[in-house]
Amino acid sequence: MHLPIPMSAADMVSGFVFLMEVLGVVMDRAITEFSRRGRGGWLLRAAAVALVTVLVAFGAACDNLDVTVDVATEVPPAPTLSPATIEALHEEPRELTIASHDSFNIGEAVIAEFEEQHNATVTILKSGDAGEALTKAILSKDAPTADLLYGIDNSFLGRALDEGIFIEYRSPMLDNVPEQYRLDPTNHVMPVDYGFVALNYDIAWMEENGVEPPADLRDLTDSRFSGRVVVQNPATSSPGLSFLLATVAAFGESGSYTWQDFWQDMIANDVLVTDGWTDAYYTAFSLYDGDRPVVVSYTTSPAAEVFYSEGAYTTPPTGNVLGDNSAFLQIEGIGILNGTENEGLARQFVDFVMDRSFQEDFPTMMWVYPANEDAELPDVFEFAPIPQQPASLDPAVIAENRERWIDEWTALIRG
Amino acid sequence: MNVWRTARIGLPLIFLVIAFAWPLFSVMRVGLGWDGQGIFAPFVDAASDPYLRGRFIFTTWQAALSTILALAFGLPSAYVFARHRFRGRSVLLAAITIPFILPPIVMALGLLSLLGPSGLVNDALTGLFGFNEGPIKLLNTFAIILIAHVVYEYAIVVRLISTFWANMDPAVQEAAAMLGASPRRVFFSVTLPLLLPAIAAAAALIFLFTFTSFGIILILGAPQHATLEVEIYTLMTKLFRPHIAAALALTQLIATFGMLWAYVKLQSAAVTRIRLRAQGATTSTTRSPADYVMRLGALASVLLVLSPPLALLLRSFITPDGLGLDGYTAIMSNDRNEYFYISPVAAIRNSLAFAAVTVILAVPLGVFAAYGLRNPRAWWRNPLDALYMLPLGVSAVTLGLGYLLSLRIGAFDVRTTVVPIILAHTLIAYPFVIRVVLSTMRAIRPHLREAAHVLGTGPIAAAMRVDLPILSRAILVGSVFAFAFSLGEFGATLLLNRPEYTTMPVAILNYLTRPGAINLASALAMSTVLMVVAGAGFFLIERARYRGWGDF
Repeated sequence: MHLPIPMSAADMVSGFVFLMEVLGVVMDRAITEFSRRGRGGWLLRAAAVALVTVLVAFGAACDNLDVTVDVATEVPPAPTLSPATIEALHEEPRELTIASHDSFNIGEAVIAEFEEQHNATVTILKSGDAGEALTKAILSKDAPTADLLYGIDNSFLGRALDEGIFIEYRSPMLDNVPEQYRLDPTNHVMPVDYGFVALNYDIAWMEENGVEPPADLRDLTDSRFSGRVVVQNPATSSPGLSFLLATVAAFGESGSYTWQDFWQDMIANDVLVTDGWTDAYYTAFSLYDGDRPVVVSYTTSPAAEVFYSEGAYTTPPTGNVLGDNSAFLQIEGIGILNGTENEGLARQFVDFVMDRSFQEDFPTMMWVYPANEDAELPDVFEFAPIPQQPASLDPAVIAENRERWIDEWTALIRG
Repeated sequence: MNVWRTARIGLPLIFLVIAFAWPLFSVMRVGLGWDGQGIFAPFVDAASDPYLRGRFIFTTWQAALSTILALAFGLPSAYVFARHRFRGRSVLLAAITIPFILPPIVMALGLLSLLGPSGLVNDALTGLFGFNEGPIKLLNTFAIILIAHVVYEYAIVVRLISTFWANMDPAVQEAAAMLGASPRRVFFSVTLPLLLPAIAAAAALIFLFTFTSFGIILILGAPQHATLEVEIYTLMTKLFRPHIAAALALTQLIATFGMLWAYVKLQSAAVTRIRLRAQGATTSTTRSPADYVMRLGALASVLLVLSPPLALLLRSFITPDGLGLDGYTAIMSNDRNEYFYISPVAAIRNSLAFAAVTVILAVPLGVFAAYGLRNPRAWWRNPLDALYMLPLGVSAVTLGLGYLLSLRIGAFDVRTTVVPIILAHTLIAYPFVIRVVLSTMRAIRPHLREAAHVLGTGPIAAAMRVDLPILSRAILVGSVFAFAFSLGEFGATLLLNRPEYTTMPVAILNYLTRPGAINLASALAMSTVLMVVAGAGFFLIERARYRGWGDF
């Protein structure tokens, strides 16, 4: 918590625990009363015991929380630390809150490293998908709940900048980020990672049915993929929006074959539209429960399939469609929220996130590529090749047209 | 007893202001004025959009259809659970409530294991008749939305109606039969009218739930099946038109209030004071052929409702190399040292802690509110009743954002603590307690209380000794659902989630954000844990009844 509040989160939790414990005792009494009257009392008593145990365990867990804080406080200052840091170590740990989208994942040790280095306690608040997290940050911009927001990508950047929710900060680490992955020229949002929304296909299905895998977007309108493709709704899903943007970038808004023409052909070819990535991948894709062998996912998904197969696969069961203008570049960044009272610590966190230890940890956690070119990729990323010529659009153009494109797409699908 | 009287109206109202009215007002103030055109312009914009008008009609239509189907599907079972005694009754009652708590994506996985393109039914049909591919194509259809709604809401029909039915004195029906009425006539002219308050209560709840349906519509339906709730979500978080979203949310709320008012008027008019009997005394011992048909129908619907959870349970033990515990092993340890990993024990602990607090807050609140609504002559009773129910018609997206704006006064900021979670769970749970308690409370004949007063019992003692034993069963059913609402976490993702508060549904959703076999296996294993914990919880709450307050 960054606001000077009389009641801290820890107080709330311990108050809650106390309440729970009192209630546990009351319920225990009540249940004993009931069970006196008939057989089967043992069951209720067991339940009461279980309930009380659960409550005590909860209390103990919250106590542990305090223990962690103590440990962090007692870290001895190393002789190489700067005077400012040594001073910081004698103080109470500072709290830093990061709001993020739900897909954020990182190693425990990395967060602990930052906490130790900076005598800080880090709290990460998952705030829904990218759009939800941004909406929450915008609506609460007068009194932000966090110091930083991670997960702003090129399709939402324009909106975030328009609303002025971020403070400008150019991290020195930006020098290690190749030009094409520098998300925000105004330096309000620093790039953390990038990925490519791309079509994946089920290799076994293609072989069994003697079908040639698609090479690019245009192939999807071929009759051999009639009723075989699943995409996400750009109005509800981030990869769905990126895929729509890829089609806009690939076919354009004017000419003999526009993006609307492409989608008309897709609809004629019986494309399935789901609301989000999870149901497209796990309920409609033929690798899992579905009967559609082509799905919109990420170029890293085939590598993730190998990684999460517990040794069942040595090569991916799925392939990427990497033809020119078929995959859409998605750059994700972190920004310091306007209104933070921890700007110094927040800057240090931005630097830390862009530095090697963080950058080398998340590829197999979030399945994205590190923005820092010095970061080494894990071996499994050999199955996640980077497209030669991905589709991309200027964030300013996206900001100006995104809502219109979604509306037009929705009108096309509605028929 | 002014304190008592003030409390039974005051407490629920204070809670409504904190957990409902103030957050909603905060978000409306920001939302409606977003584009600077004044607060009425968004309503004009929304009303003049034929697409949004169409969504309103579709939303109402699918909710009405779902309600009728759920009632038709659940009534025979309600009868059997009310009037028949059979082995395993309480286990079954606990089991049929399990689908109610499944997160929509998990329900979708369960349903599609059976009805999906490579589900059991299609596999069987393909095997039997040699189709090229599964003939049943339900994904993204209206039909599968209705199926899912029926599976979700079945428990409400059965539990609410059978609770009432079980305490109805069969003497009335017996008298009608003695006077020569055919069984059919007895049902339509005697039983059904007497059951009307309970049926109407169940219908109102189901209508509200399906009217604001969100996850199931998104996951199982196609883009053209969007409900108002889905449109509000999209406008708010993806298209950034908070003003239109706020106008829609308010319209949805006003429409809900209108429908609720009509319903509470209807219900208070339909009240018949009847003799309530302990369940043991109403159990039917004779078995007519019709009874066997009912039993068969009940059995079929129970099996159908239980098939998605059963499919999930079985799948959680299936691995690429036959049967195994891969998913369970995966969720037990944090092999990859992930910051957001949560052990099943911790997730169960968090879920149960939230559920316990929800029961402890929602049940007294609901009972208090029901007492406040008892006076049949007060002019404010019907609007107040409708107001109490209104949280069920609110857009969860809007409310979640409302908490973000309202739960902070100066430096006192509880937005990132457990407070919003508990408020949200309690807010959705307590209207259910009111409905189930009120329909029994109104049927109590006043002379019981009058007798108690004549014998010198004070109002609180009368409530404890006369009303509470009679209401106990309704209160327990209310507790089961309050517990279920919290475990199922309706709209949980719309709040802020701290890693240390991660509950079972949130853990399931976390696994499903990544590709790969072990992630799906982990999600299925965690879903099974959720179902087992929920089932055990329902069963234990159910058991409390038999030992304690009697079978009322």
